[in-house]
Amino acid sequence: MNQLKEAAIETDVVIVGAGPAGLFSVFELGLLDIKAHVIDILPRAGGQCSELYPEKPIYDIPGLPVCTGQELTDNLLKQIEPFHPTFHFNEMVETLVSLGTAEKPEFRLSTDAGKIFHAKVVFIAAGGGSFQPKKPPIPKIESYEGTSVFYAVRRMEDFRDKNVVIVGGGDSALDWTLNLHPVAKSITLVHRRDQFRAAPHSVSAMQELVAAGKIDFKLGQITAVEGEDGELAGAILKGNDGVVEKLACERLMPFFGLTMKLGPVADWGLQLNENLIPVDTEKFETSHPGIFAVGDINSYPGKLKLILSGFHEVALAAQKAHRYVYPDKKLLFQYTTSSTNLQKKLGVS
Amino acid sequence: MAKMSFEDAATRYGAEPGGGAPTKVKITFVDSQGQARSVEGEVGSTVMETARRNDIPEIAAECGGACACATCHVYVDEKWAEKTGKASQMEEDMLDFAFDVKPNSRLCCQITVRPELDGLVLTTPAQQG
Repeated sequence: MNQLKEAAIETDVVIVGAGPAGLFSVFELGLLDIKAHVIDILPRAGGQCSELYPEKPIYDIPGLPVCTGQELTDNLLKQIEPFHPTFHFNEMVETLVSLGTAEKPEFRLSTDAGKIFHAKVVFIAAGGGSFQPKKPPIPKIESYEGTSVFYAVRRMEDFRDKNVVIVGGGDSALDWTLNLHPVAKSITLVHRRDQFRAAPHSVSAMQELVAAGKIDFKLGQITAVEGEDGELAGAILKGNDGVVEKLACERLMPFFGLTMKLGPVADWGLQLNENLIPVDTEKFETSHPGIFAVGDINSYPGKLKLILSGFHEVALAAQKAHRYVYPDKKLLFQYTTSSTNLQKKLGVS
Repeated sequence: MAKMSFEDAATRYGAEPGGGAPTKVKITFVDSQGQARSVEGEVGSTVMETARRNDIPEIAAECGGACACATCHVYVDEKWAEKTGKASQMEEDMLDFAFDVKPNSRLCCQITVRPELDGLVLTTPAQQG
């Protein structure tokens, strides 16, 4: 335990999720001198805004008649710059353990990348849950996951001298086709059509490799896998022409995008209601003191899953968080328009 | 973000601002087990919204209708394929993220309910996400 404590990152608050609610939490908490570390499973900030709607217009952000998901994210990042949050991307919080008491909460969080955090309060701003790879409905595929079937590349060495089948037509499928080609024994790219929703230069690079006979391209889909003890021996391809064939392979990488799953939040001992976290509407605190839930992931009577609701929620939750982080300090309500104290924190005075 | 159910959206924005009774059409969803459910769809809304409003199983519609998730995948009954039309380029791109895509695959958030779709029959796949 002492060893773990030594390796831990100490912070006032850990914010789980870097979508709009998580980002604006940094702002509201920052105004109250509460330092934040933000963890998100995605490689960048923005949550659903960046992942699902980067180009789509949003019309119901107060004061912004129209902005895209990406613009909103970029603006929020700019807005929270003065508070220097530390981001931990590509990481998922796996465990959340309470170490403190109801009056003096303290938490230990661990991520799938092995980082440990000690925080006085936790803001869960996890939206619809964590974005995780979609798993194709291939019977028994789960028994090969992590040994022969991968949804991401953690170590290139896992693919050295292997016969690799990659499924999909997006950037992930093409990037890994190109990156693994020099390492793997063979690459077969399988896609349902001969068009690709990927960077044009990746598409042409891939097509050149196919034309040169260096990789294979098959039109169709993988319907079954064969092998034993987690070691893949082949994948069954059903071609668009109706022909079924077996592709001998030891590695399979399906790329069907991401889906939202509640994920480990379900195991943190919090009261849940249909995959949402019930909170009160004064402090947006969960059933556990010191753990707040804001944005799409919470539920209360009348809840609307709107970005503007999330913004309101984090402002109120921050007030209570201040009581936990600074139990001896009195919180004075101030406006950013007039308070020199707040303006100093924002770096504008 | 704004991933509201249709009910929420209807309450919030007033989906039916009067002007006479909306035209309704019959839409039948056949699930992957073969069970058929027929519901009324309002002209002008999307087939996905119709499904969600009527608690049709096997339609996840994670992104709420932005053509950004491929979890409202349906197979259009052959007889209706011409009337529903073809998927747009954006929709085809998104269908790359659906499973078991067939020539009659569509994302039903991209099908607007129109009077000539009265009687439309769609089949839902066993797995969306």
